[in-house]
Amino acid sequence: MIDLKTIFSIAIRAIKANKMRSILTSLGIIIGVSAVIVMLAVGNGAQTSIQNEMKTMGSNLIIIRSGVATSSGVRGGHGSQPTMRMSDGDAIQEKIPQIKLAAPVLEETAQIVYGNANWSTGVSGTDRRFFEIKEWDLAYGRMFNQTDIKSSSKTAILGQTVVYELFGDVDPLGKTIRIKGIPFQVIGVLDARGQNGMGQDQDDVVYIPITTAQKKVMGTTIPDEVRMVMLQAVDSESTYTAQDEIKQLLRQRHNLGANKEDDFVIRNLTQMMEMMENSTKIMTILLGSIASISLLVGGIGIMNIMLVSVTERTREIGIRMAIGAKAWDIRWQFLMESLVLSLIGGLVGVVIGLVGSKVVSTFSSLKTEISVFYVLLPFSFAGFVGLFFGFYPAYKASLLNPINALRYE
Amino acid sequence: MAQINLKNITKSYPLDGLTLKILKGISLEIGSGEFVAIMGPSGSGKSTLMNILGCLDKPTSGQYTLDGINVENLSSDELADIRNHKIGFVFQGFNLLSRTTALENVELPMVYSGIPAAERKKRAEEALQKVGLKERMYHQPNQLSGGQQQRVAIARAIVNDAPIIFADEPTGNLDTKMSLEIMDLFTKLNKELKRTIILVTHEEDIAKYADRIIRIVDGEIHSDEKIK
Ligand SMILES: Nc1ncnc2c1ncn2[C@@H]1O[C@H](COP(=O)(O)OP(=O)(O)O)[C@@H](O)[C@H]1O
Ligand SMILES: [Mg+2]
Repeated sequence: MIDLKTIFSIAIRAIKANKMRSILTSLGIIIGVSAVIVMLAVGNGAQTSIQNEMKTMGSNLIIIRSGVATSSGVRGGHGSQPTMRMSDGDAIQEKIPQIKLAAPVLEETAQIVYGNANWSTGVSGTDRRFFEIKEWDLAYGRMFNQTDIKSSSKTAILGQTVVYELFGDVDPLGKTIRIKGIPFQVIGVLDARGQNGMGQDQDDVVYIPITTAQKKVMGTTIPDEVRMVMLQAVDSESTYTAQDEIKQLLRQRHNLGANKEDDFVIRNLTQMMEMMENSTKIMTILLGSIASISLLVGGIGIMNIMLVSVTERTREIGIRMAIGAKAWDIRWQFLMESLVLSLIGGLVGVVIGLVGSKVVSTFSSLKTEISVFYVLLPFSFAGFVGLFFGFYPAYKASLLNPINALRYE
Repeated sequence: MAQINLKNITKSYPLDGLTLKILKGISLEIGSGEFVAIMGPSGSGKSTLMNILGCLDKPTSGQYTLDGINVENLSSDELADIRNHKIGFVFQGFNLLSRTTALENVELPMVYSGIPAAERKKRAEEALQKVGLKERMYHQPNQLSGGQQQRVAIARAIVNDAPIIFADEPTGNLDTKMSLEIMDLFTKLNKELKRTIILVTHEEDIAKYADRIIRIVDGEIHSDEKIK
């Protein structure tokens, strides 16, 4: 039996002897492997940005808003009667064990002024639970405390963009800003968060105590009104199982009779995210499979050239057989040749795929992410394709009759 | 038993619905260390006989024992093994691998008998030394003359210590001077290395180097005589 190193050097020699043809043959594999890598990188990138989104949004989230759910989807917002109160959220947090935290949110766009600088941004009334849910820490300063909420203190915590726009290099802590003309003292600045999945700047925001927002800054139509309550369940399972209890509790608190529709809408963000994650997973698999087809086509190209090569080298095969090569010696020789061709193509494809992923993420809005597994997968698939499509030509070569092969001109 | 033992060997080819009988019952014995020339007119079946003797082809009927082994029932891999270990071929057209150095060509039989690379190289160099081509070992066939190419082929035939060498018109493509050199080499292999040599030729001058001449006419042995 011929040794691996010798078969390998025979393969390299044959590949080198026909450089241009070898390059063209590998081209199919190169394109296939690089396409698979780029597609998987794009799909992976989409998955990762959804996962990041889930992280900054807060995990195991349920959001409750005022409004009526209809069969055609979600109605609410403009014109609908506000019904949700902070006390609803507090009751849910207290009575339903699967819900860990309930943060009230009452928000509005407002003009903010510091000295000569002014800036229009979102102002949100909330309390410290909001930041716990989002796992969002302060860069410096302090968080709202019980006293701030009880006494509706005029204190504000700023996002980094607002700090930059209003203060520039000045330290904002302890300074007084005006929100809709009302003076607020800056008590803290949040860590920078950057853009969310929709491209919104999450740092362009000002937070004030919920009670201050309700009583002093924003117009409310019912007492204790909030725009939404943000709930965090103990785990993702509970975001589904707690919904019925939340609904019963709210219907009871809102005095809705059996024949009345809900006046609130419960949205399970975890479920939405999981669905999005699943659909990107399916997209990744689909993109990868389509790209794999080009790899298969590349394999057929290899088979084609190997068949030509076997015919051209009939005499060489005859000589080898006359001298003592057995069937598997001949098969291995051609299998190795097509394996090496496809692995060289695979290697070049990996390089082009990596560069291509970088190019895609640089010049388009698509995020790409490379993982070792998703590089090794198409590379080894290329090797498999080489062996698979190399087998028939190799088998054909091994069936040659030595005398006929030696006579071949 | 003799090294080579043929009993009533026939070979036929199908041709336009008929069977064309090329060998019509050949029986002969060749002992170890003999130097035999097979002669006969073109088309008489010499190459066909050589291919059967060399285990490249199987007879249609008859019995062939080589070194006591009955060859008919062997698989093609087993025949390959016999060709590798017991037989060295020298062809009229040299049949060297192109774009491959003399050294690597000579190494080839050892590649298929699984000899390690270092030993292969050493033995191939020795074989090339014996045929007087050591200084050309890194030349490729297209950089060598016909006579030199045939000497590389002879080195390849002896490198695996095969006891028998088959040569089918080894001087057919060479001029007279080169032919004589090659024949001297065969004589040396026969006398000094005790290899059995079976050589096909249609030239009397070449056949004279052998100890025994077998003449074939129309697929049958016409005469078989010792000349030394
Ligand atoms: N594979 C084959 N099929 C049909 N006829 C063949 C085949 N091989 C050889 N022959 C015929 O057998 C005859 C003997 O050929 P060969 O043994 O090569 O003769 P020689 O070597 O004595 O000149 C020739 O007529 C040739 O045409
Ligand atoms: Mg002939």
